[in-house]
Amino acid sequence: MDKYAGNSLTAGALRYRSESPKKAGGWLGSGSRQMETGIEFLLKLSAFIGILAIILISLFIFAQGVPLIFKIGWLDFIFSLKWSPSQGSYGIGAMLVGTLVLTISSLAWAVPLGISTAVFMAEIAPARIGSILGRMIELLAGIPSVVFGFFGLIIVVPFIRNYLGGNGMSVLAGAIILGIMILPTIISISRDSILAVPKEYKEGSLALGATHMQSIKGVILPAAKSGIITAVILGMGRAIGETMAVVMVTGNSTMIPGSMLDPLRTMTSNIVLEMGYAAGDHQAALFATGAVLFVFIVILNLVVSLSIKEGKNYAE
Amino acid sequence: MLNSNIQDRVIRGLMWLSGLLVVAILFIIIAYISLKGISAINLDFIFDLPHRAGKEGGIFSTIISTIYLTLASLIIAVPLGVGSAIHLEEYARRDSFFARLVNLAAETLAGIPSIVFGLFGFVFFVIYLNLGWSVLSGSLTMAIMILPTITRTSQEAILSVPAEYRENSLALGASKWQTISKVVLPSALPGIITGVILSIGRAIGETAALILTAGSSLGMPAGLLDPARTMSVHLYILAMEGISMERAFGTAFLIIVLIVIINYLANLSLRRMSPAGRLQ
Amino acid sequence: MDNLKLKSESIKVYYKDFQALHGVYMNIQANRVTALIGPSGCGKSTFLRTINRLNELIAGTRTEGQIYLDDKPIYDKDLDVVELRKEIGMVFQKPSVFPMSIYENVAYGPRIHGIKKRSQLSEIVEKSLKAANLWNEVNDRLNSPAARLSGGQQQRLVIARVLAVEPQVILMDEPASALDPISTSRLEELISELKKHYTIVIVTHNMQQAARISDYTGFFLNGDLVEFNRTDELFVNPRDKRTEDYITGRFG
Repeated sequence: MDKYAGNSLTAGALRYRSESPKKAGGWLGSGSRQMETGIEFLLKLSAFIGILAIILISLFIFAQGVPLIFKIGWLDFIFSLKWSPSQGSYGIGAMLVGTLVLTISSLAWAVPLGISTAVFMAEIAPARIGSILGRMIELLAGIPSVVFGFFGLIIVVPFIRNYLGGNGMSVLAGAIILGIMILPTIISISRDSILAVPKEYKEGSLALGATHMQSIKGVILPAAKSGIITAVILGMGRAIGETMAVVMVTGNSTMIPGSMLDPLRTMTSNIVLEMGYAAGDHQAALFATGAVLFVFIVILNLVVSLSIKEGKNYAE
Repeated sequence: MLNSNIQDRVIRGLMWLSGLLVVAILFIIIAYISLKGISAINLDFIFDLPHRAGKEGGIFSTIISTIYLTLASLIIAVPLGVGSAIHLEEYARRDSFFARLVNLAAETLAGIPSIVFGLFGFVFFVIYLNLGWSVLSGSLTMAIMILPTITRTSQEAILSVPAEYRENSLALGASKWQTISKVVLPSALPGIITGVILSIGRAIGETAALILTAGSSLGMPAGLLDPARTMSVHLYILAMEGISMERAFGTAFLIIVLIVIINYLANLSLRRMSPAGRLQ
Repeated sequence: MDNLKLKSESIKVYYKDFQALHGVYMNIQANRVTALIGPSGCGKSTFLRTINRLNELIAGTRTEGQIYLDDKPIYDKDLDVVELRKEIGMVFQKPSVFPMSIYENVAYGPRIHGIKKRSQLSEIVEKSLKAANLWNEVNDRLNSPAARLSGGQQQRLVIARVLAVEPQVILMDEPASALDPISTSRLEELISELKKHYTIVIVTHNMQQAARISDYTGFFLNGDLVEFNRTDELFVNPRDKRTEDYITGRFG
């Protein structure tokens, strides 16, 4: 067995860069140093695109919307209840309240149901049922909002109209549909944070004679608290930003709703409903609405990433 | 003692009930739309062009538009997303300012509501770059929306590739890029594909951003600069304007079928990611 | 009769503030097996990884000193590490086959170094697998996934993959630690065959193994090379008290 004479790959001795500026050809022109550097640059560039997108999005939306906010005064823009583009009145107060009311009323039922389902999946359900439920919740998360809106329009709205009164397009219809839509977010993040609680906590509590339910309430939920809060905030973000389903079931009146059976309009609905024909100040007012929405969401995201960081510090 | 036992059972019962309720909600939505929608489905519905604003005929042009938009946005977003993931996991130092900024940008992008993307796409691609309401404007907007999903799932997939693969490859004299392209990426492929599949699901369902960027013309798009109406946008318009509830059900049913398939595929490729399942 | 292959001069390695090696001098002879022994954390693996500069992969690592491969300095800022690693192959503790077929695993190295012709690649794959004593076991299923091989077969496949690049030196980092006794003895036989053509440096926890297969042995302790000598000398007549304590099992 000779040292593979015949298909020698190398000259047998070390080569230095000064001696061999280019290596023998190979895949992709064999990773010459310049090529490696070129690829590294391209990769960095693609990573930069995400940052560029954020910069462009904020730049363009603020540039379109902010001048109008200053023109009519930001207090008037945000707090005035009068939205009447034909008369040049652009107050998003009613829409702001609409978004708030709808978000709170959907969280009001989706949070308890979501957390309780998360505990069920992580602690109570047999492993098989837990994983089947997990798959179903993934599926629920994948259903497009326009399908939820359609479902609300043909089932929930007529139901409310026939049994509770009003024309059905209402805060209640929106809260039901929106609540369903944010359930997957709340459930999956809460479940993950419950599963992340060290086993020893639970075992320690059980060893002290606590029942399983007492351990869940006294030890597991408190330990998973920051994750559950994150889940709720992310659910809230999704509720605030949701558009199509809300447009389809809430009636879109620009009045502040007086009851759960009244219609309302959210900031997102306002944009999608009027963008098609708006021009001039009207269009700028819609961009301004988008800018307010954007700021809301960015603040929520910051809260989330701060709370995640805090949770991590705590864990360490 | 007895008291706490009863309380325990009640709570346990309530939790079973909540799990059941969530399943019931999903079941009702899917069952109702399927029952009402399946009767609308036939070959004509799928392969005929819509007539009279969708009141008659099929939805073929919206299916084609959905495919165009989805493919075009993937072609833009996949290289960028996988590229950033490679940069973050293989080149950048984890605590570097740039890497932290890229991660922050991805997080923020993931949280922005689609209507805001729509506004941006409208003012930037449609107006400022003068691309008009078109497949191109819609896909570029869509690409930014799915970028965080692709980046994040690719990052996780690359991270799960054992460090020994890299060491072994480098010890054989492979360069860094050869190691990444020939060993790391092929091993990470199932995870990357999962991200792509999830993005397809998002592209199929997206409505708000596309109404503002791709328009709602019902014609068959012939090129990248033609306007297009996807199935989801079509469903919205059919239902909201009361054009044809039968066709709305049919469209909703087709969308749900696609989403179920996509969900199944994503789970399949995710399971292939586990080391035990790899290569089998 | 022995020819010097590698010569290390005052190699010092720092991981951030911790100094892992305090200046190691060692002469490694061509076509001989050199074993590095010592308790965990003594620096033997660190030293091994300085020879193909793989230690540089760990962030915060700093290496001082010089190693010569046939009189050529490998810690030279002008040296292409890719070229170095072609000459100095490495086998790791845990057999780590790539998620590809057996054939593709072996062909990986030659491919990245520019060989494209299928016939030439097949020839290299066959020779390498034969040299690694694996050919007879796998020649009928070269295209099946390498991950299906047993642990011992995987380790020999990894060696075949290294041989396919035709290195001059093979570094082995506890290559038998994950293997059963039978696979281990096959590996030891293989190592004795390989030294006819290669210079081998092996880190091992197992003193009997070092005594069985090596020609030279170096004993490391707390980042120092305490003693380096011909294996028969070192195990029979250790000069340093600490070496004696270690090989007689009094600590470690």
